[in-house]
Amino acid sequence: MAFLDYYKILGVSKTASEQDIKKAYRKLARKYHPDLNPSDKEAEKKFKEINEANEVLSNPENRKKYDEYGENWQHAEAYKDAEQQQKQRQSQYQTTGDFSGGDYSDFFESMFGGRSSRSQGRNVKFRGQDFNAELQLDLKDVYKTHKRTLTVNNKNIRITIPAGIENGQVIKIKGHGGQGINGGPNGDLFINFSITNHSKFKRDGDNLYATVDIDLYKALLGGELLVDTFDGKVKLTIRPETESGTTVKLKNKGFTKYKKEDVFGDLFITFQIKIPKNLSLKEKELITELQKLR
Amino acid sequence: MDTQNYISIKQFCMYHDVPMSFVSELHNIQLIEIITIENTQYLYETQIKDLEKLIRLHFELDINLEGLDAIHNLLKQVQTLQQDIVTLKNKLNRFDAL
Repeated sequence: MAFLDYYKILGVSKTASEQDIKKAYRKLARKYHPDLNPSDKEAEKKFKEINEANEVLSNPENRKKYDEYGENWQHAEAYKDAEQQQKQRQSQYQTTGDFSGGDYSDFFESMFGGRSSRSQGRNVKFRGQDFNAELQLDLKDVYKTHKRTLTVNNKNIRITIPAGIENGQVIKIKGHGGQGINGGPNGDLFINFSITNHSKFKRDGDNLYATVDIDLYKALLGGELLVDTFDGKVKLTIRPETESGTTVKLKNKGFTKYKKEDVFGDLFITFQIKIPKNLSLKEKELITELQKLR
Repeated sequence: MDTQNYISIKQFCMYHDVPMSFVSELHNIQLIEIITIENTQYLYETQIKDLEKLIRLHFELDINLEGLDAIHNLLKQVQTLQQDIVTLKNKLNRFDAL
């Protein structure tokens, strides 16, 4: 359990007045408050440290105890008694704000027995903390709407994953975040979808892109070709004299549109002409003849 | 009229222990919308989360109303930029693989 230098965290000296501590706390809180740094885990961590430091140093009794034992707090038997007393009081604690629900460091908990009442807080009801979770899925998993059971904070939640969800998209599950404070409503659960694509198709929104090899003769003379789509195969007509890099659009053969299971984007196929290798003598002769004709 | 998607300002302020004048001031600087149904003022349920955020910023961090307005606008920009980054990353992944 590491010793935390609360003075250093707040950037004040050991002789700082209550006013100095309050001022330093306010300044840092404005910088790292989670409301001002959405989705920034580092800021959230820093904010918890600042809160913890303020909680100790702004309370004269706690500050005295912290100053007295400081780094040697582990050797002070008196702490154990204090800890016991604090634990008994824990059930009565009241907190403020949305972000006070964050964990305190082990150091704090050992020294002061977990969360304590806020000296400066307003006793109000607040919704619980929002939780963030990441769900990794394969692209084929989100082609169709399906249900999935997730375990968040030891609770199983069955959610519907809508077809066509994008990589990086976040959906909100209302009321499945942290418990409300002082009887406030629960927070929400935000699920960030990380979608890996192992298919041969590149996805851009609900459109899919793929490159297909065609042989030189089919490119010159035209013909038919069976190509893969995301959910099957289609027969494609190749026009005579198709150039390499030509792209054709297969309407409604792309990816599912978000939340519209029966509506699809388009599939764009780009042809890449494969030049025959290891020509036989006969082939060379025929191609030379062809060249002369041009 | 159906009020199930609205929360009365009086109820909200009692619940959060904030003066009603604070909500009015937020309305005056167009940070929240207020609707009046049969002489009672209501908030849209969808803006409760934002309003709670403004309350925290004002009462915990001492940010005044002008500051709240500026922060509100900047956070909207941050959100848009974050969404753009996700979209661009997805596009980049597509081109990287070509």
